[in-house]
Amino acid sequence: MKKLLPYWLVAPYVVHMLVFVAFPVVFSVVLTFHRWNIISPMEFIGPDNYVRLFKDRLFWQALFNTFRFLLVHIPLQIGIALGLAELLNRTLRGAAFFRAAFFLPVIVSGVVVTILWQQLLSFNSGMLNRLIAGIGLPRVAWLDDPAVAMYSIAIMATWKNVGLYVILFLVGLQTVPPQYYEAADLEGATNWQKFRYITLPMINPTIFTVVVLSTIGGFSLFIEPYIMTEGGPLNSTLSAVMYIYQQAFQYYHMGYSATLGFFFALLILAVVAIQKRYVEQEI
Amino acid sequence: MSTFLRYFLLILAAASFVYPFVWMLSASLSSESELGNLTLWPVGFTWANYVTVFSKIPLGRAFVNSVLVAVITTGLVLISGAMTGYALARLQFRGRNLIFYLIIFTMTLPFQITLIPNYITMVKLGWVDTYFALIVPFMLNSLSILLFRQAFMSLPQALIDAARLDGCGELRIIFQILFPNILPTVLTITILTFMGLWNEALWPLIVIRDEPTMTMPQLVTLFSVGGRADGQLTVKITAAVMLAIPIIILYLFFQRHFIRSMASSGLKD
Repeated sequence: MKKLLPYWLVAPYVVHMLVFVAFPVVFSVVLTFHRWNIISPMEFIGPDNYVRLFKDRLFWQALFNTFRFLLVHIPLQIGIALGLAELLNRTLRGAAFFRAAFFLPVIVSGVVVTILWQQLLSFNSGMLNRLIAGIGLPRVAWLDDPAVAMYSIAIMATWKNVGLYVILFLVGLQTVPPQYYEAADLEGATNWQKFRYITLPMINPTIFTVVVLSTIGGFSLFIEPYIMTEGGPLNSTLSAVMYIYQQAFQYYHMGYSATLGFFFALLILAVVAIQKRYVEQEI
Repeated sequence: MSTFLRYFLLILAAASFVYPFVWMLSASLSSESELGNLTLWPVGFTWANYVTVFSKIPLGRAFVNSVLVAVITTGLVLISGAMTGYALARLQFRGRNLIFYLIIFTMTLPFQITLIPNYITMVKLGWVDTYFALIVPFMLNSLSILLFRQAFMSLPQALIDAARLDGCGELRIIFQILFPNILPTVLTITILTFMGLWNEALWPLIVIRDEPTMTMPQLVTLFSVGGRADGQLTVKITAAVMLAIPIIILYLFFQRHFIRSMASSGLKD
């Protein structure tokens, strides 16, 4: 009994892992070689799903959209989070209040944030366009222009998440020993030099974390385009997960949908591995 | 940088994160024609939007579902996470390292790969449109096991030895003797799990079609894309306000813990 005890304690985990992780991974690979609408029997079709994937315009569109999202989201996220963390990295009155304020959108559901931004970004009555028109500039078609809509969603996602990264950068900045800056001051270093040669190398692990989490976030984007634009206009905001969802639950192409999921998962792991090498060597 | 400029920028930033929420609340209490106003206070004060939302969707029922699902699942995550975490931290057994590495591996696995197969599992088990589909897949998670493991490792062995001498069983040791010593970890896991479940919309959209079983995020999502809001933005915003209020109230009470919990999960990855 005593010997078996550890196994009883880990049994729930093992069973759960087998049912909800191990089996799905194996089954996902099986599904990629089949055509199936869940109701009729599975039909083996060899590598057809993969062939189809490479020729599927919408798959490439979703990938391209994710790329455009990350292109704006990652630099914006790092720039703003680092800037705000730098502002907060002093003994300041009200620092706790500012931290809490920046964090507010982080804890709220993406559903709420998206409905809110739908109003902010609306062409005619939106708050942003009213401000822009108020100072005499032309209104921006934030959500109606295929060339702009994905960037609007990237800005919204930054607004939602940046509070978390402010905290991570603050933790990172506080690991830099003040003596380093004092030594640099004695040598007559400029603020930029101090930032470039002391701060940046020291917070490199945090930058890596932010890049990885944002990348995974970009590939996991779903509810934002689903509510905001339903993937439009002209599929310009169709995200990876939205396309998986459409294939599975609008067309009941379970095999093809699983192929998309499998492929996107591999892609995420590959991109993160590349980022790990690149970001860690770069700075 | 002068202190004045520093404060000016911080206040500007804080306002850009907080003001939109205040505006939402005020818009939900205003009539539709006043929507474009950039005001803090409701214009033409009315409860009409709330009446409309409740008459169109069973939001009260969805609230109860959300609370049930989030509370039960969080409880199960705490129990199962503590059991596994304790075994990994304090007991010697064959396969311990294997399980530890499996947990690390499953944490890095993108959910895109398991999404469709897990839906099929739900179909085959007959769990579509049941609470099981909302609870069981989430009742265990790798992060909570790792956090528990870390917390249990930091406790002195004497605490466990003393309890064993008193004749305590291992389950009693975990939940009665050790739990009070790792309350910060328990709180972290509670917050992360509860918040994640409260805000989750994708999985419910996949496994629930039956309105009385829906949780709030799903119901509000379908309401806002399904045309039942008749294109009225204020009504959509009102539904969003009701989804946000419970978690914001919790945040007001446990602000520091929310921030610490989220930061610790971010740093883990």
